[in-house]
Amino acid sequence: MTDSATMPQPVSIGRRLKRFMADRPLIPLIILLVILVVILQMLRPGIVNERWIANTAKFAIPLAILAGCQTMTMLTGGIDLSVGTVATMSAFIMATQIVNQDPAVAFLLAMLPAVLIGLVNGIGVGVFRVHPLIMTLGTSLIGTGFLQVYQRTVIASGARIPDFLNWLGTGVTYGFPNALLLFMPVAVLIVFMLNRTGFGRLLYAVGDNERAARLSGVRYWQVITALYILSSLLAGITGLLYIGLIKAPSLSLAEPLVLPSVAAAVIGGTSIFGGRGGYMGTIIGALILTVLTTLLTILQMPEGGRRILFGFIVLFVTAAYLRIIEDR
Amino acid sequence: MTTSPLLDATGVAKNYGAVAALRNASLSVLPGEVHALMGANGAGKSTLVKILTGAIRADAGRILIRGEQLDIRSPAAARRAGLLPVYQEPALIPDLDVLSNLRLTGTPVEPFRAWVRELGIPDLDIRETARHIPLAILRVLDLARALAVEPDVLVLDEMTAALPANLAEKVLEVVRRQGDAGRSVIFISHRFVEISALCDRATVLRDGSTVGVVDIEPGIEERIVEMMLGTRIEKTRVSARAANDVTTAAGSRPRLSVRNLQLGTKLNDVSFELANGEVAGVFALEGQGQDELFAALAGSIRPTGGSIGVDGAPVKFSHPSDAIQAGIAYVPGDRTEALAMQRSVRENIALPFSAALRKWGPIRMRREQVVVSSAVARLQIDTRAQGEVQRLSGGNQQKVTIARWIAANARTILCFDPTRGIDVGTKQEIYKLLRELAGQDKSVLFYTSEIEEVQRVCDRVIVIFGGRVVDTFPVEQADEASLMRAAYGLPRGARADVGILAEVKPGSNAEAAS
Ligand SMILES: Nc1ncnc2c1ncn2[C@@H]1O[C@H](COP(=O)(O)OP(=O)(O)OP(=O)(O)O)[C@@H](O)[C@H]1O
Ligand SMILES: [Mg+2]
Repeated sequence: MTDSATMPQPVSIGRRLKRFMADRPLIPLIILLVILVVILQMLRPGIVNERWIANTAKFAIPLAILAGCQTMTMLTGGIDLSVGTVATMSAFIMATQIVNQDPAVAFLLAMLPAVLIGLVNGIGVGVFRVHPLIMTLGTSLIGTGFLQVYQRTVIASGARIPDFLNWLGTGVTYGFPNALLLFMPVAVLIVFMLNRTGFGRLLYAVGDNERAARLSGVRYWQVITALYILSSLLAGITGLLYIGLIKAPSLSLAEPLVLPSVAAAVIGGTSIFGGRGGYMGTIIGALILTVLTTLLTILQMPEGGRRILFGFIVLFVTAAYLRIIEDR
Repeated sequence: MTTSPLLDATGVAKNYGAVAALRNASLSVLPGEVHALMGANGAGKSTLVKILTGAIRADAGRILIRGEQLDIRSPAAARRAGLLPVYQEPALIPDLDVLSNLRLTGTPVEPFRAWVRELGIPDLDIRETARHIPLAILRVLDLARALAVEPDVLVLDEMTAALPANLAEKVLEVVRRQGDAGRSVIFISHRFVEISALCDRATVLRDGSTVGVVDIEPGIEERIVEMMLGTRIEKTRVSARAANDVTTAAGSRPRLSVRNLQLGTKLNDVSFELANGEVAGVFALEGQGQDELFAALAGSIRPTGGSIGVDGAPVKFSHPSDAIQAGIAYVPGDRTEALAMQRSVRENIALPFSAALRKWGPIRMRREQVVVSSAVARLQIDTRAQGEVQRLSGGNQQKVTIARWIAANARTILCFDPTRGIDVGTKQEIYKLLRELAGQDKSVLFYTSEIEEVQRVCDRVIVIFGGRVVDTFPVEQADEASLMRAAYGLPRGARADVGILAEVKPGSNAEAAS
């Protein structure tokens, strides 16, 4: 409710600029991204080249897909903290099952926990009205437990990263990371779904005003269950991509991505209270976070200091961004 | 005697991007007067009020309070200057109880309680969470909260719009006395009866500019309307079909039949029928069970007893989607219950289209656009700020809730006070629209807090008191006096068999109607 205009003066340039940005919330984000890249280039002249771009994209893509899960769930006023565990599970299962199984079978086995966890999340949140934070945190812990048990059973047979995932996760063709082959369709689908399908509309509507959605005939549990299954499936697929990138199956493979995925969605302008936001912002948010990580790495700070700075910057960016787009 | 104005605003302007909410508004309020602020939906009344009371800042303009130019930057500053608003939307924080809400704003509790009683609510539980309080009561609490700090200028933005007759009357009484005590009131309302009963002068806004200031005197109404809308409107009595016609024409099955409906202590043995092509009015004072009746028919809450039939077949609604499936749409009285405020007008109107599981796929954008724009045009929604419904003016938001079901082509519409906060011009359109729906053999159940509307649109009026149907009038007999008598539960003159004392037997309503 604050604004800086003084009483008797016509609309100032500053206000108009603010208004312009408020109508096009992507523009300030893109500007921020460019600024970060420029700073990076100034600190390390020559670092920003074709290889660096491909590399940044490679690391940003898994983050961006997981942040897509957060975007969709956050639109309904929820959150999905189980994406890390789900991604780890499918990656780990894939890497261990591929040793003695047909790839297709291994893939199905890898996606099975994703579907199950998504279903449980959806029912918990949609039918029993457990808070999504608690629900997904719970299933995430349970999933990790199962994974530990599972690990003992396959410890003898070892693990292997399938060639295809290797190619997809790390490979670069004509300067473009192969991961784009997966990411492009996923991104297009999410954006299309959010803007042009009935399901997407319902995500926004349910998050904005559940009672209104109900009075319009929307059954909450259906939307929520479908949503969390979809979110989990995407997380599972991200896990497969990520194992091709990291190449070392571990029990906490994708866990470090969880909080950044939430941050990317928030920086991208999706409200954790539901009802507003979109995937394009989230993608740029994921890029911003990835570049920021590089930037902090080359500053050669100790790990602790880097994290502190990272946290502060995320807070600052989010607050500033909200001020820009909340024109009142 | 010339007195200097207590509040004097000139040249106030406010832009939201391309939308000019106010261009050149002025308002001058004398001490001790009740001053009406009038204008069509979206004219800028609420915006002006928010500027005067420091909730938003103007782009231009000069505001003098007692001759001094104060820079009012916040509602707290306005309060110190003696200006206190009751905004158009309920202001209590929903998750807190009433007492905590009072503490939050530093409102003295005892005077507040006294005002609440004065305003016609004897039994308020001050520990009740605001979320669970019905809209009409919330509005009264907002008013009591403002009165409790004894402001010099009380600003009431559509205070009475959600109030049924008995509560509205109390409010008018109290406001009148404010004026007599030398305090000023700025009073916004779309109900002319209230304006002429209460106000001394009126400032009229059109498209964000003040177009005139007039003294309220008999016969001024038409001039005000003309100033507000820029044209004359014809206030015709929309011809209702004679009740006999309805019953004979609907010799077939009734569209909706309610038998012995029971809902806890709120509804008692309610029975009535709604024919195809009929607009049936429901009239009641505050809290007589009308909210629950509509919610039950809409599938929003489950009745504890009795039955509902649609086209002759019994139905059990467990979710609003069941009712919608049966062609029954519900426009709730509280628009915040019906709208996704951050979403666009288009998405809000098209929301029911995507609700069913099989409609989750790609949307046919062009077709949707056509359907939505025709509904928008039909209800004359001001779409200058259509990107987010919360940016529309209150009346325009209200229109969106109706437009949704016009677009969805519902066969039966349950309208709970649909014209709340809608300006005179559009009201006529809505009356016409409802009659047109009836002409297309659709049916409407229409609760209203304005007696006048009953006579204008309904074929038949059902009066509810204490959770019972106490009487049913064909429209020709539904004059104000009889309706009020019935609404207070008093038996109708000669008819001893209906009324609060008599058992209402199923079917007796149909007799009363014929
Ligand atoms: N935040 C906003 N952003 C854009 N436009 C706005 C915003 N707030 C108000 N407006 C626009 O300003 C105009 C005036 O709105 P206002 O609420 O003052 O109307 P009003 O006279 O109170 O109408 P009503 O009788 O319907 O309550 C409307 O066209 C509205 O869409
Ligand atoms: Mg208003």
